[in-house]
Amino acid sequence: MLESWVEYANPTEKFLELLAAVGGRGHCVDDLSAAREIIRQNKTLASAARIASAVPELEPGNVDLEQIDDPHELADVGLAIVPGVFAVAENGAVWLDASMWRHRVLPFLAQHTCLVVPAGEICNNMHEAYGRLDFAASGFGLFMSGPSKTADIEQSLVIGAHGARSLTVFLVG
Amino acid sequence: MANHVKLATEFVKNSERARWHDKALWFVRSKRDIAASSVPEWELLREKASAIKLHTMSRLPELLAQFEANAKSRGIHVHWARTAADHNAIVLDLLQHHNVRQVVKSKSMLTEECHLNPFLQRHDIQVVDTDLGERIVQLRDEPPSHIVLPAIHIKKEEVGEVFHEHLGTQAGATDPQYLTEAAREHLRAKFLAADAGITGVNFAVAETGGFVVCTNEGNADLGVSLPKLHIACMGIEKLIPRAEHLAVFLRLLARSATGQPITTYTSHFHGPLQGGELHVVLVDNGRSEILGSDDFRRSLNCIRCGACMNTCPVYRRSGGHSYGTTVPGPIGSILAPARDVAQHYSLPHACSLCGSCTDVCPVKIDLHHQLLAWRREIRVRGHLPRSKALAMRLTSWVCRRPRLYNLMGRMARFVLRVTPRFLTYNRRNAWGLQRELPVPPRKSFRDSFDAD
Repeated sequence: MLESWVEYANPTEKFLELLAAVGGRGHCVDDLSAAREIIRQNKTLASAARIASAVPELEPGNVDLEQIDDPHELADVGLAIVPGVFAVAENGAVWLDASMWRHRVLPFLAQHTCLVVPAGEICNNMHEAYGRLDFAASGFGLFMSGPSKTADIEQSLVIGAHGARSLTVFLVG
Repeated sequence: MANHVKLATEFVKNSERARWHDKALWFVRSKRDIAASSVPEWELLREKASAIKLHTMSRLPELLAQFEANAKSRGIHVHWARTAADHNAIVLDLLQHHNVRQVVKSKSMLTEECHLNPFLQRHDIQVVDTDLGERIVQLRDEPPSHIVLPAIHIKKEEVGEVFHEHLGTQAGATDPQYLTEAAREHLRAKFLAADAGITGVNFAVAETGGFVVCTNEGNADLGVSLPKLHIACMGIEKLIPRAEHLAVFLRLLARSATGQPITTYTSHFHGPLQGGELHVVLVDNGRSEILGSDDFRRSLNCIRCGACMNTCPVYRRSGGHSYGTTVPGPIGSILAPARDVAQHYSLPHACSLCGSCTDVCPVKIDLHHQLLAWRREIRVRGHLPRSKALAMRLTSWVCRRPRLYNLMGRMARFVLRVTPRFLTYNRRNAWGLQRELPVPPRKSFRDSFDAD
């Protein structure tokens, strides 16, 4: 499309603002060790008994995804860590490509999920996002914006419906 | 035969509850307004979305063929269903072929339209609706009253009651957090035990052969990423030509529906799970007929956001169950008569023609114009109730005779002025039950105009 769509002076700031608005947590960190420290400081995340990580440099975890053939065995995962491809400023979303980790269901089934995104990989809006996406080789991908939620009970917002109860995004670099 | 007037009369009897319902829906409308005004190019997006949909409708057969070819090249199976019965038969066949006993289903108005759940139930297949609102109404054995907020008509005390009965929560519990947590545990077990998952389709992309499913709860993804069989059911109008078009629709959808910038999960399916199967069922069920109608073709633009319902003063004050159809509100009142005019003749009249629906529609459907057009169609097809038809004919007869019209006007002004109140406002004057007639003027407009 030839139109010029909304652009932000500081897309990272906008992304973090929108992410917070949808109930997610965002952190800009210089490197993975800083991210690791943030996880360790968070009582909920740090206390997860079973951690499944597709970003071993951040956190090796104690669930070997390669050894597991049946995704149902991931039902007891307390914390999932998966890589994100890029972030979208206008709505606090992160594009995930499931070919980057084993077992598509992981970030939905875990009680808590962390995403690791390269800090420079951020775009202003959805038009730019689709400009980056090529579905030729894709099997499953999604935009994930914040933790799961519902307002189906008398319009009261409850964070943590069926998917992850919390979503933490690390913008690294 | 239940019609909107009868059902709505019941709904408004509890005026406090009706007011609560009204406020709840208006609140959702106002969240939409805030979201829309935060997007500087909102009107341009609406224009583009409408144009993309109209283009798609003009080339639907070739785009559907393109979708099928591309989907097949991704290992996705594509089925074609002309009617609701065909759709149900295809789904049943797939499930039986895979020895499925338990199915989890995320929100799909299309499967509601086809009455899939009771059909599968009759064939001994358990279907669990996993969207929280849908699960609540399923446990209460009633249909959803809104396409996005299925349980908007239910109070938390009532949710507490049904959860106490079916989920074993504490009697008298009303805390949404507590109740949602209970539903999480209950449905998690269902996801893990399911043999197959059924979803709807928000958008199917002809260019790539894939499709998109949007949820806030994650129930669609959980439902189809654990079992090996995923069946996606879609109306043929959900197709769009290219992936880049998704940007336009996704920027409009959640903002129009609930005021969010995007749903929590916007999942793009381009192939089956490893070792699994992915099937798409394309459903017509009367859509081709609508496509062939100059008056009503644009109703196929609909992306099922629910914005028209949230704003409609009639929907807000009568509730979704007053419409007696899967999709209620303004868009439903256009789609339902197309399917069965004999049953749904009252719906286009459940409208004040205020045009608010047209205002908020993200894909620029001329809703209130179509509702008016339907009123004409209903008369032409002979489904206008006799009393209304007679009144219309009488009025038309008088209006074509200017001298008679003037005489009647003069008589009416006189009679209304002298008639005691109890004769004018009583049970026979249904119109006057909640409304005041305007004060009759001494002179008609013609008299005043001529005098000058």
